[in-house]
Amino acid sequence: MTAFQAGAGYGDDRPEERGSPAAIFDHADPASKRIIVGYGFWIFLLSDIVMFSTFFATYAVLVNETAGGPSGRDLFNLHNVAIETACLLLSSFTCGLAAIGARAHNAVMYYGGMVLTCLLGLGFLSIEIHEFAGMIAQGAGPTRSAFLSAFFTLVGCHGLHVTLGTLWLLTMIAQVFAKGFRSDILRRVLCFALFWHTLDIIWVAIFTVVYLLGAGA
Amino acid sequence: MSSIDDYEPLGGADHAPGDEPARGREVWEGVLGYLIGLALAILLTAVSFFIAGTFLVWRPSIPIALVVLAIAQIGVHLVFFLHITTGPDNANNVLALAFGVLIVFLILVGSLWIMYNLNQNMTPMNMPMG
Repeated sequence: MTAFQAGAGYGDDRPEERGSPAAIFDHADPASKRIIVGYGFWIFLLSDIVMFSTFFATYAVLVNETAGGPSGRDLFNLHNVAIETACLLLSSFTCGLAAIGARAHNAVMYYGGMVLTCLLGLGFLSIEIHEFAGMIAQGAGPTRSAFLSAFFTLVGCHGLHVTLGTLWLLTMIAQVFAKGFRSDILRRVLCFALFWHTLDIIWVAIFTVVYLLGAGA
Repeated sequence: MSSIDDYEPLGGADHAPGDEPARGREVWEGVLGYLIGLALAILLTAVSFFIAGTFLVWRPSIPIALVVLAIAQIGVHLVFFLHITTGPDNANNVLALAFGVLIVFLILVGSLWIMYNLNQNMTPMNMPMG
């Protein structure tokens, strides 16, 4: 096991005990703060995923209730969706590089990864905003039908998460710049990376359920 | 710019016991893990987009294929990007994930099942009643 395979448990301070049964049942010394923070944030992310699942359920129930208006087949442009998907997937990768750079105290890798992640996130957002504006301009806004209300709620909520994630990203660049690779800052970088990867997981569900199933099959 | 140079790797600054900087080989192994994940995710995404518009396969099978591909890709993301593995130091994370998946499953399947039945049993709007 390398230090990078342990996920939220990344940064275990007792590597020699890993893999032995004692590592699970030994309560003598508490887990490192990094493990506890990562675990707590993972619980939050799961609650966020549960919230998204309610929006997915709403969308799936309402997908055919177009009230005589346009359906997904008329509205969705899969070329844009493919570019959005590429942006988010690559940004997940560059975010992972930034997390490794932070852990290795490698400033070039950290700042480079974070700036690329930010640019790809902004690229995703600009395409999505363009798509939403185009739909509203042709009279297919969220008030047109139950289908479109559910669509804008689900996809818009994901876009809002990406927006907030981008603000968090800029904050983390500023914090590392001002305070260096301090261990409390590194824990925040770990949480940010988990958040950003989770947004990509939700996007996988969105492009499959909303766009590919809606436009094609 | 001096603020960055003060925190060079292994520069002698104080570190928490669990937070030694990773050494060169571990950095490369970490990057390799992300590269493998990225390659698998790109492959699965490309197959998804290809299969959604193709006429090469039996059309009714496409939605099921897309859902399977999406679940596979989510698995790839969990393992290679979020590092949720089956290792003993990951037991808590995996149990939390299992509980989350249970709730998501209940919400999705329960909503679809109930709403489908309500739709079936609703009096049609465009037919005269009685």
